[in-house]
Amino acid sequence: MTFINYASREINCKIVYYGPGLCGKTTNLQHIFEATAPQARGKLISLATETDRTLFFDFMPLELGTVRGFKTRFHLYTVPGQVFYDASRKLILKGVDGVVFVADSQEERMDANVESLYNLEENLRAQGYDLMKLPYVLQLNKRDLPNIVPVGDLTAELLRKEEPVVEAVAATGAGVFDTLKAVAKQVLTELRKG
Amino acid sequence: MADTPILLRENQYHQIKAVLARLRMDSSARVVFLVDKDGQEIAVQGEVGNIDTTSLASLAAGNVAATGGMAQLIGEKEFPTLSHEGERESIHISVIGRLLLVVVFDERSTLGLVKLRSRQVSQTLSTMMDEITKAEFDESDSPFAEITDEDIDSLFQ
Repeated sequence: MTFINYASREINCKIVYYGPGLCGKTTNLQHIFEATAPQARGKLISLATETDRTLFFDFMPLELGTVRGFKTRFHLYTVPGQVFYDASRKLILKGVDGVVFVADSQEERMDANVESLYNLEENLRAQGYDLMKLPYVLQLNKRDLPNIVPVGDLTAELLRKEEPVVEAVAATGAGVFDTLKAVAKQVLTELRKG
Repeated sequence: MADTPILLRENQYHQIKAVLARLRMDSSARVVFLVDKDGQEIAVQGEVGNIDTTSLASLAAGNVAATGGMAQLIGEKEFPTLSHEGERESIHISVIGRLLLVVVFDERSTLGLVKLRSRQVSQTLSTMMDEITKAEFDESDSPFAEITDEDIDSLFQ
């Protein structure tokens, strides 16, 4: 939920990166963290297992700059992608202002993408949101790998509305900021509507 | 569609800060935070020092959300208070409607005192927050009401 603080002249919005296990949600945040000036971001908090799988969430506050005298801060969260962490995923979607769905472009992960996207729609509904009305971006990640599904086939299966689609290689940072920009822009445009 | 934004006006912010300042003094606490259940920091009062308040707010909300989930699994509505006691520093969290009151304290205070004082200000904070959330969101109130595409683009240059 967007929080506008007139005293500190700040606007805070929440963006959640969603997607199947090992699709690159945490890698997106890690790249943003590494590529952003320290004064523009806070710590990257990762609640992960000993094998670096997300256990609860990753979190990073990011300050994009000032608009009309208000500091614009985005709180970026990831969810744990593994199927059995569904209870945690539901909790993290509370108060969300925008969602990025990170799809894994590899052929063998197609079913996992579809399952995760259905899960996203279901969990959003449980929190009273409708994906069709929420700022939303589809990121097609891992485009550098050899066994990938063509973009047309991926979008035919995963596109839900007229959402922006960004091809990415989160490990190198390609497409990561384009994705963030696409979702942030929609969130700010929603604020204009009120 | 996303929730309606919460607008915190300057006078409301200072009223909340005053309540937190009083609580901090009465409970001999180090820092007192008011956090939204979604992890947004609303106000802080005390010796913040090197504490990363944004991360603490997010983790406090995650903590309450996780224990709330556990509560529901065993047939409870929620656990209204959480306490974590460390060797030197401790944290007490009270759930007040959609707010979390987070008190960080050390050996200058006790858990009993913090619990008592937190409970005493709960109603006041709850009433204040009700007024804030019940206020109609008027589009013209939003500093973004007249934002242009150029303004948005400028953030990414």
